[in-house]
Amino acid sequence: MTVSQTEFRKGLFDPTMPAPAGLVNPDGSQATKRFDVYRNNVAVSLSDALESAFPVIRKLVGDKFFRAMAGVYLRKHPPTSPLMMFYGDMMPKFLRRFDPAKSLPYLSDMATLELAMRHAYHAADADPIDAAALGALAPDKLMGARLTLAPATTVITSQYPVFSIYRANTVPDAPKAAMQPESLVITRPAFDPIQHLITPASAACITVLDKGDTLGVAMSSAGRDLDLGATLGLLLSQGAVTSLN
Amino acid sequence: MSILLSHPSLEFSVIPMLDATQPHMLPPRVGVGYKAQHYMDIIQNPGPLGWLEVHAENYMGDGGRPIAQLRQLAEQFPISVHGVGLSIGGVGKLDADHLARLKHLVDWLNPASFSEHLAWSTHDTHFLNDLLPLPYTAATVARVASHIDQVQDTLGRQMLLENPSSYLAFVESDMDETEFLAQIAKRTGCGLLLDVNNVFVSATNLKTSPQAYIDAFPLHAVGEMHLGGHDEDEDETGAPLLIDSHGKAVVDPVWALLDYTLVRSGPKPLLIEWDNDVPEWDVLSAELIRADGALALV
Repeated sequence: MTVSQTEFRKGLFDPTMPAPAGLVNPDGSQATKRFDVYRNNVAVSLSDALESAFPVIRKLVGDKFFRAMAGVYLRKHPPTSPLMMFYGDMMPKFLRRFDPAKSLPYLSDMATLELAMRHAYHAADADPIDAAALGALAPDKLMGARLTLAPATTVITSQYPVFSIYRANTVPDAPKAAMQPESLVITRPAFDPIQHLITPASAACITVLDKGDTLGVAMSSAGRDLDLGATLGLLLSQGAVTSLN
Repeated sequence: MSILLSHPSLEFSVIPMLDATQPHMLPPRVGVGYKAQHYMDIIQNPGPLGWLEVHAENYMGDGGRPIAQLRQLAEQFPISVHGVGLSIGGVGKLDADHLARLKHLVDWLNPASFSEHLAWSTHDTHFLNDLLPLPYTAATVARVASHIDQVQDTLGRQMLLENPSSYLAFVESDMDETEFLAQIAKRTGCGLLLDVNNVFVSATNLKTSPQAYIDAFPLHAVGEMHLGGHDEDEDETGAPLLIDSHGKAVVDPVWALLDYTLVRSGPKPLLIEWDNDVPEWDVLSAELIRADGALALV
């Protein structure tokens, strides 16, 4: 009587199924609770991984709701890689269609933000350029310049106030979020990712720069509302610019 | 949304290699499973700490604090890289991307040791994040041995394979775990990581003798030992069911089994594993001092 790994895995994710025949207690009887140890390990360890990945979402929905939601998620989207620090990549998509969370429409974007914070934390290190380098560029060269941004640099734009909601749930005495669209950029000057609230124009500019387009293209895509000095000043002061060509 | 989230690329950033002249061997002293919250304690108050063990998968990002800390620690301590995600017992092929990430880590860090588990955790493309059990048969020996050959060939070094915690048995098994591990070590030339708590947990759960297990174990192949805590439960018949939780202090019968083992094996690198409900450094330190005392007696 052999037990295939396919059968074993099927049993792990379906608690209504009996344990595969061929798995036994020391007295030779069919294992039941002993198989549940593995079921429990898998479900608890994956739920724990999701809790570590999405602390703000957990705070927003409460522990009980989060555990129940994690139970649905881990069955629908089991990890596809052993890197548990990145488990949960499908959460934004999952939350968009998760009916029980419909009353909190910003959860999906919050999941994107929390994932981005993790990716920024683990992103490659990169040496920033001297903040003076851009100023030293001849004015006629400026619009043709291309900036390389540090790998941790991430722009997020949302129709919800994700920056303010994140703050309200992580920083003591932070103000309550007002329901309005927000854009932010994540930088990592040292080891801790930092969020900065930016204008939609600034978000557009950084996104275009990050694609490798010139400053001129980035400026025209961002439109007239762009404060170029403030945008570049932020990137440079945060060590987010790693080369200038 | 203007961002696209993805796994870190497999085009690794260049991290300078650490000293390649160190031998691939842990010292026969006490080590601890590294937790970031103990970083300063370890630097300032290492006590008898002789080496550190890290989980390979936690250092497979592209950069940032985890890798910077590991680089720093590696200048002060021999490092053991302990994988939890390779699925050496899986029926499918080893995950080539994961093996490449592992090779990258081992290449730049040049750790004193690399170890993995006798278990499976990936099936098809799904990673189950648990160490799942295997039947002990000739077919399993062949499969596990070929995966270990592949790992050792890829990494260019010997690996250690750890004995599991068993909660149940397979009807199809036709050899003892000790015989299984001895055959694997002989066929592949790999070393073994003897987890003394796992021996105690499995023996209690399967109603066998932990001392008989140690007597039958190929101790000459042991390159490292683990000690950890477990939880106590019962199965549906009321029989004891111990769960390998790594969330508590090592219990006295496991310390006694360690002494029994060390008398036969001689001193070995000895790790305290405490991965869940991680305590303050002084609690871990007390475990290290006790383990150091056990080593000092042999």
